[in-house]
Amino acid sequence: MASIQFIQAGVEIPIFNANSRSLKNRLMQIATGGTLLFDHSGHVVVRALHDLSFQLADGDRVGLVGHNGAGKSTLLRVLSGVYAPTHGQVLLQGQVASLIDVSLGIDHEATGRENIFLRGALLGLSKKQIQENLDSIIAFSELGDFINMPVRTYSSGMHLRLAFSISTVIRPEILLMDEWLSVGDEGFKHKAEAQMAELVESTKILVIASHSRDLIMKICNRVLWLEHGMIKMDGSPDEVCGAYFL
Amino acid sequence: MHYSSLVLLLAWQDIRGRYRRSAIGPFWLTISMGVMIASIGFVFGQIFSTPMDEYLPFLASGIILWAFITGTINEGCTGFIDAEGIIKQLPIPLFVHILRVLWRNVLILAHNILMLPLVLLVMGKGLSFVALWAIPGLLLVVLCLSWVALLFATLCARYRDLPQIIASVLQVSFYLTPIIWMPSMLPDRVGVVFLGLNPFYHLLELIRSPLLGQVPSLTSWVVVAAIALFGWLFTLFVFSRLHKRVAYWL
Repeated sequence: MASIQFIQAGVEIPIFNANSRSLKNRLMQIATGGTLLFDHSGHVVVRALHDLSFQLADGDRVGLVGHNGAGKSTLLRVLSGVYAPTHGQVLLQGQVASLIDVSLGIDHEATGRENIFLRGALLGLSKKQIQENLDSIIAFSELGDFINMPVRTYSSGMHLRLAFSISTVIRPEILLMDEWLSVGDEGFKHKAEAQMAELVESTKILVIASHSRDLIMKICNRVLWLEHGMIKMDGSPDEVCGAYFL
Repeated sequence: MHYSSLVLLLAWQDIRGRYRRSAIGPFWLTISMGVMIASIGFVFGQIFSTPMDEYLPFLASGIILWAFITGTINEGCTGFIDAEGIIKQLPIPLFVHILRVLWRNVLILAHNILMLPLVLLVMGKGLSFVALWAIPGLLLVVLCLSWVALLFATLCARYRDLPQIIASVLQVSFYLTPIIWMPSMLPDRVGVVFLGLNPFYHLLELIRSPLLGQVPSLTSWVVVAAIALFGWLFTLFVFSRLHKRVAYWL
């Protein structure tokens, strides 16, 4: 069983190189981004998330919507465990994996094969697990002999195919995504869609940030609308999308 | 436990990345170390007019170990800063990035140390069984360096001027520590300060003196063990308070 519980959780990110003097007399509430504040020692902080309380349980397919800087990415980082909340509490149960940056850790000078091991290890797979999946990853990527070439020789499409093929091997209980992954030419896209669908199907909780109404209507059964780091609306896709995507 | 393969992979990748497409790869480390030892050895051996068969092995082992110690500390400072991309995306334990720095520098040391048998051979000296003392010595030194790297990585993530400050301090320490010059060249009174109170001297002695055929003094063992123990206690105290902040500082 997987579950996520936010209890009045908030995130304030300190900014050490901002010129606080130039900000002091300015209006703090701005159109995009979190709220800018000063902490007790006079540093500028961005209040990226504020007073969030919600619960997610098995079967939840949550869409995150909101304008740029509304806190979607920060929320995903809290969910992945990268950011510990600076206020309140976050209780996570279940193994989390994120498909936010599938190219992270890929070394351009290393071969595709070496990168499978590198990226796989970053995703938390053991060497044995990678070895077991190696053939299917290579087959799926359709890179053929290029798998033994340095990644810098790849086209950007090939690069993404490799990253996609490795990253979708994992089967986490909680999956985090920033927009849908769609890669490759027509033929590959079809295959990738099926792989993604299977991955999403096997996870217990999915949280995906997206600006696409169609995507959210298609895969989500719940939507959180963030604005200035707070929840503006929490409800069914019909309800929230109706209000957000006017 | 499965993070161990990640550490080995990342560290090895770092080394390979530096020397990719070069024909002899990381053995450039060995060669440039050899050139440095030969040139400093020639110049300062003349200046100090010490017998080469005594001076050169001392210099070679000292410089190789110094490169290891300072390399680990300097790269430790940027251990978290360099791993920003990973730290802000994946919840991998932060100590993995420190182990990556440690292991990378151990690998570099393994390449550099190849110069030492060569120097000993040329100078007509051998290694005795006493050299085996260098192994526990190295382990204890690594234990010290690991807390230093963890502490500095954490503080440097927050205070970005620190890496430069630490680099300058290490630069100065190179001249204050007997590496180019030998302890026997010091007048007695000065020796107490430059040797006894210099932690780098004790760190070096633990590995260098067995390589040169002498068992390290009990004082050096005690000093380094104390540095390891109290350093780790202090670092754990600081790190347990700050580790959740590191991702926000990057």
